[in-house]
Amino acid sequence: MMPQFSFVAIERSPDVEPLRAEVRAFIAEAGRDWTPLQRAESWSGFDGAFSRRLGARGWIGMTWPVQYGGHGRSAFERYVVLEELLAAGAPVAAHWFADRQTGPLLLKFGTDAQKTALLPRMARGECFTCIGMSEPNSGSDLAAVQTRAQPVSGGWRVNGTKLWTTYAHEADYMVLFCRTSGTREDRQSGTSQLLVDLRTPGITIRPIIDMTGRHHFNEVAFVDVFVPVDALIGKEGKGWQQVTSELAYERSGPERFLSSYRLLVELVRVLGAMPGDRAAIALGRCAAHLVTLRRLSKSVTAMLEEGVDPQLQASIVKDLGAVLEQELPEIARELFAHEAIGPAIAPSFYPVLAQSVMNAPSYSLRGGTREILRGIISRGLGLR
Amino acid sequence: MSTHPSMLNDSASRLFGDLCTDEALHRAEQGEWLAAHWQAVEELGLPLALVDEAAGGFGVDPLEALALVQLAGWHALPLPLGETMLANRRLGEAGFVPEEGVVLLVPGAYDEPLSLDRQGDRWRLFGVCRQVSWGRRAARLAVLAQHEGRLHLAVVAAGDWTHQPACNIAGAPRDTLLIDVVLPAESVRPAPLPRATYAADEAALRSLTIAGALERLLTQTVAYAGERVQFGKPLGKFQVIQQNLAMVAGQTCAAAAAADIAARSLVNGGDTLPIAMAKARAGEAASIACGLAHQIHGAIGVTAEHRLHYFTKLLWSCRDEGGGEAYWNRQIGLRVAQGGADALWPLLTAL
Repeated sequence: MMPQFSFVAIERSPDVEPLRAEVRAFIAEAGRDWTPLQRAESWSGFDGAFSRRLGARGWIGMTWPVQYGGHGRSAFERYVVLEELLAAGAPVAAHWFADRQTGPLLLKFGTDAQKTALLPRMARGECFTCIGMSEPNSGSDLAAVQTRAQPVSGGWRVNGTKLWTTYAHEADYMVLFCRTSGTREDRQSGTSQLLVDLRTPGITIRPIIDMTGRHHFNEVAFVDVFVPVDALIGKEGKGWQQVTSELAYERSGPERFLSSYRLLVELVRVLGAMPGDRAAIALGRCAAHLVTLRRLSKSVTAMLEEGVDPQLQASIVKDLGAVLEQELPEIARELFAHEAIGPAIAPSFYPVLAQSVMNAPSYSLRGGTREILRGIISRGLGLR
Repeated sequence: MSTHPSMLNDSASRLFGDLCTDEALHRAEQGEWLAAHWQAVEELGLPLALVDEAAGGFGVDPLEALALVQLAGWHALPLPLGETMLANRRLGEAGFVPEEGVVLLVPGAYDEPLSLDRQGDRWRLFGVCRQVSWGRRAARLAVLAQHEGRLHLAVVAAGDWTHQPACNIAGAPRDTLLIDVVLPAESVRPAPLPRATYAADEAALRSLTIAGALERLLTQTVAYAGERVQFGKPLGKFQVIQQNLAMVAGQTCAAAAAADIAARSLVNGGDTLPIAMAKARAGEAASIACGLAHQIHGAIGVTAEHRLHYFTKLLWSCRDEGGGEAYWNRQIGLRVAQGGADALWPLLTAL
């Protein structure tokens, strides 16, 4: 294999199984009343109180150092907790971004003051963050960022607009990717990341309702917002390098192939114990894909643990994962969506299917579009 | 999956590279047995690489040994190396002593083991086995046979069967063997493993071959896209070609992961569900990648002269052999359905 494409081999680790049992027991109790439709929200479901319960269990910031409120556990232990929560459809969105991205970003580039102030609160599930990357004129082309932080006495004055910011309306802080010097034509250079308290005057958060009628997205406008100098994460002008390393975290996790998992569970339920050949073949195929993806995804986790940059591998897992996540609603409707009788005999299956159908298009958009990911992969192949 | 390249792997890589010239691949495809090539492979000891040291092997890590099958796939090695490695392992486990020559495991006729009857202190073995890979070249067969509900492995030497020749789309022998032989007592031993294990062996081998051949297909196709110029620039500079090559790369990685799953399952024994999943996933990867590789190569890729077809034909045959996607996906799906919705996640995470 081209060496840059190799996924490290991983051994099965029996020592994480007690933790898995612990998480399952916790979910069995905490999730007693979750409906299939709620579970199908997957990692988009927001429940701050649930996040605090996870925090109390030590299941947020698991790999972070103890001195910052973390729990010094391995990436594999964290993986087990994540995949169990996702498979059960637990509402994890509140702390998801802090746990996955902002925490590791601060640990890598943050000041000691930032780490001391925020990481323990994040790990307790008491401080939620959102990711301010996309803008009205900067989607896949992240380097076209226009939001500007103008240096002023004691900090920056920020003007601009962020778009598609998931749960900005529930978050305490935003990690703002913006331009601190140069112009749009300078592309990657002159960009920085600021840790912005969303209660700061001058910030307006407006909802963007998606086609399912839900409010996840927001538009966040900054008008002459003063951000103090100590809000800088890492180095001024090094925002691009920091953001791309952060994207490996954003793209590598099990949420990138489990978004439609609840639909598969409900499909198995409605098909019953004796499916026809066509249905059995389709179910078997989904299971084979999931097991293979899980192997690849755990391998990316191993690389993160070893300090190897898995950007390319993460892109491959996310690309393959989104294909499966998007196929699942199509498979489910072909096997079971008989309009005439279906809704009547499976009233709890249909809402899950409908929601999955409507959510599916975003799976190959969010966190890097399919085309961007394949561009990264082809760069890894030496084509660009 | 990446393993640390070992000395054995290095030597095998050099040997396979020397052996698998386009000219040799062409001769093999025409039905010629590359006897000197097989001898070179035997001289390196490769057919015994999977045999436990206590059973006459030389103590190679079995995962490293299985990586040789993947490597053979990369080179499209037209020899029954993987088959012989695995048959020797199974014979060793049953207490037989390994010998030289091509050895093949025959798990049954259709979906059943052959029947085995007592004749005094001897055994009569009878049956018709189809699609036996390299059957005509075997020195010995390890035949899975049943007597009064108990599984046995019977060793049959060349000459004790007749064959009707057939071959797969890559031109490799897949013969029908007609076995009717009376065997001495010492040629039959109880089979130490369940039937499902032997029945999944070929699937594991083909998954590994697919993974190796797909890596080669990717490398070959990327190289071609870098050389071939149209509209004033190499094909690989066009975004649409880049996106297609990225898909080939993704499928190649999926097949490599599947092969790793199969290899570990084969070595660890137990439930064969991981091998079923690996074979189904790797087979699907082969289908997608072959189509894209041919599309990118254009017309030259479908000529006998260009080497691409040695790899795509190997991949197309491997995906069907040892059970195709529909066969294994159905088995997996029935397990999933019988376990039920709430047992799905525990099933997937136990693998």
